Amino acid sequence: MKTCLVVDDSSVIRKVARRILEDLDFSIAEAEDGKAALESCRKDMPDAILLDWNMPVMDGLEFLTALRQEEGGDRPTVVFCTTENDVGHIAKAIRAGANEYIMKPFDREIVEAKFQEVGLL
Amino acid sequence: MTPTEFEFLKTFLKTRSGLVLSNEKQYLVESRLLPLARKGGIASLSDLVIRLQKGIDRKLETDVVEAMTTNESFFFRDKTPFDNFTNTMLPALLKARGDRKRIRIWCAAASTGQEPYSLAMLLKEAAAKLAGWRIEIIGTDISNEVLDKAKSGIYSQFEVQRGLPIQMLLKYFTQNGDMWQINPEIRGMVQWRMLNLLENFSSLGEFDVIFCRNVLIYFDQPTKSDILNRLAKLMSSDGYLVLGAAETVVGLSTAFQPVPGLRGLYHRGGVSSPGAARAGVQTGSRLFAS
Repeated sequence: MKTCLVVDDSSVIRKVARRILEDLDFSIAEAEDGKAALESCRKDMPDAILLDWNMPVMDGLEFLTALRQEEGGDRPTVVFCTTENDVGHIAKAIRAGANEYIMKPFDREIVEAKFQEVGLL
Repeated sequence: MTPTEFEFLKTFLKTRSGLVLSNEKQYLVESRLLPLARKGGIASLSDLVIRLQKGIDRKLETDVVEAMTTNESFFFRDKTPFDNFTNTMLPALLKARGDRKRIRIWCAAASTGQEPYSLAMLLKEAAAKLAGWRIEIIGTDISNEVLDKAKSGIYSQFEVQRGLPIQMLLKYFTQNGDMWQINPEIRGMVQWRMLNLLENFSSLGEFDVIFCRNVLIYFDQPTKSDILNRLAKLMSSDGYLVLGAAETVVGLSTAFQPVPGLRGLYHRGGVSSPGAARAGVQTGSRLFAS
């Protein structure tokens, strides 16, 4: 079973994402900000990360930049999932090493399509 | 809706569009036609049926057919047909058409345009191999309303996220608020025509690739056979037919043979593999009618 770390400061979003991804046969871990996510990755590097942008303590972009410099941090497939929906943010995320990008609001079909696109399904 | 009204709508839709509705599809009729009735200020579905029966409201007739035949579509839907296009169809056609440098593609149920635009983007990605080639993509649909949307190339944030890789969104679309418009260079690669598959479509000319996905499922068996046999007549001898995942030619037409190992992909009759098809071309098969 593949593992996915869901990083979002909203517990509601984490719950919705967990439900969708568990149905897609992922084992889920959760983190509520970038710093907690980085600690989680250091303990157990996941196969995939669903990543919010705007979070307290450490935001998604800072987390991704730090993750890609960690040992083994190039391995997880990172899918941003954020309300930031402009070309500038998307391009910035891709440059920082994101593999895909979901603009909120999202649903099951979008998550499934994006995860398929990057070979996670 | 009374059984009599449903029976009338079933007959009306079968005659006008070939759409076959089973009795358990009454919910579909209600869910699609009620909003249409409300939009037109018609109080109920019974009143809508009465207006259709009078036969005086042509616009309503068209709107009802469009509402019932409009299908959901998204970019790179089902992925596999597009992988097959890039990895199998396009290389074989580039080899076989080297002398004419021309490929014609028909998306026979193009709906809101995502399928032809997906192919156009793939062709753009392969531009280096296509220098000097003339590639035509024709998108047709029974519904004028969806064709208008297709022509505009404007999609919601929701629509551009279903199947479209983010890199392609950045590369081929321009953002306008929450909407995204496909760039003119991609829009310009597709021509659009309104077309009912029940009617004669031979004037479209000969094609090398026909995508006819998720539309045959709505027709009865004789209509499916008829459409498939007429598609075969428009197809070059080594052309490809792409059907939806739930569709097949088996038991419907002998004009096509499945391409082994590639689900949903068919070759024009009597040819069982791409290799055999190429051999056919080399021994003098006609490439294009026009």
